[in-house]
Amino acid sequence: MLKFLFTVIRRDVLLAARRRGDWLTAQFFFVMVVSMFPLGVGPEPTMLRTIGPGVVWVAALLASLLSLGRLFADDYRDGSLEQMLLSPYPNTLLALGKAIAHWLINGIPLLLIAPVLGIQFNLPPEALWILVLSLAIGTPILSLLGSIGAALTLGLRGGGVLVTLLILPLYVPALIFGAGAVEGVISGTGAEAHLSLLGAFLMMSLLLAPWVSAMALKVSVE
Amino acid sequence: MTQSMLSAHDLACERGDRLLFRNLGFELQSGEALMIRGGNGHGKTSLLRILCGLSAPAAGEVRWRNQPISQAHEQFGREMAYIGHANGIKDDLTPVENLRLAAALGGRELDVSQATRALGQLGLSRCLDIPARVLSFGQRRRVALAGLMTAGAMLWILDEPLTGLDVHGVAMVEQLIRDHVVAGGMAIMTTHQALALDGVTLRSLSVGE
Repeated sequence: MLKFLFTVIRRDVLLAARRRGDWLTAQFFFVMVVSMFPLGVGPEPTMLRTIGPGVVWVAALLASLLSLGRLFADDYRDGSLEQMLLSPYPNTLLALGKAIAHWLINGIPLLLIAPVLGIQFNLPPEALWILVLSLAIGTPILSLLGSIGAALTLGLRGGGVLVTLLILPLYVPALIFGAGAVEGVISGTGAEAHLSLLGAFLMMSLLLAPWVSAMALKVSVE
Repeated sequence: MTQSMLSAHDLACERGDRLLFRNLGFELQSGEALMIRGGNGHGKTSLLRILCGLSAPAAGEVRWRNQPISQAHEQFGREMAYIGHANGIKDDLTPVENLRLAAALGGRELDVSQATRALGQLGLSRCLDIPARVLSFGQRRRVALAGLMTAGAMLWILDEPLTGLDVHGVAMVEQLIRDHVVAGGMAIMTTHQALALDGVTLRSLSVGE
């Protein structure tokens, strides 16, 4: 069982490594969107510090949506998704493996760039740490919930826009608690409460999302 | 009396509002091949997808070793191999990587020499380490068929296995199916071309008449 999970993850990471161009698009998008804000809003330090956490988080949501379109679509088109659904292991594991791989490929790079982008917004060092921590807990949620949307819209025309409409509302709690944690540090109220809630939300997504997206995959492939 | 391995009972299939077929049933024992016949749009592919468990029938059920396939997901997944219209080959991986990955996803170990041998048998020994992207349509079909050989499955479900194959390819597939069925395996297939399967118990079934 675990071996199957690792094989699914290894497979997706290998495929991403073979197509680096596709993979880098979402990362560059993230950097670009975040960098546009200081240029557009102006160099007022207190203002930048206030909007910083929210901007980084919203950009992370959009970047993850951008890469979600391809989560199942390529495998659906070339028939390998069917083959994986017919494998002797539960389809829930397949959905979980795909979501974990999506996080490794698209989530972790965001964590690494985020502190550098935070500096543009004049965030203090302790807030930068919390920003990375909140993204570390939050980006897996984006991959897990996003896999539901990607599975539901598989094979539909205009699926990309539909994913956005379906999934963005589900991302709202992650956005509120994630950005809230960083703002808490800046305003001095602390980040623990927000981070705990974010952690609880992650646990819930981890339990429910693979199961739901496995069912959605079954329906979409039919 | 031999017990039937695969059986279908009163299957019905709907696409949209249209009823493609109903009251369709058959039994298949090991060492038998079943050819599904019917014109375009009569539901051959839909039937095969129901038989392999990708779609649910509108009525009826499919049983494998006397268990409904929806409950025997694990066992059926191990003993059944399916090739659909799409090959299930990743364009960015080489044929050898494709076969090894497919085996790993099925819970099997496949070393490079075994994969190479299967690909060589299908006439692909010259393109073992180039990405599948640059292979021709027929060559990619052959990679999928090589995957069938290494799957070690008892039941093969093949949807138009001859698409894109040249004369040698067709002869290879005939040989492959013959060997598999004579050795006690089972095959269910659709094709619009004539297959020479001498020495094989070939039954046929018409859909959507």
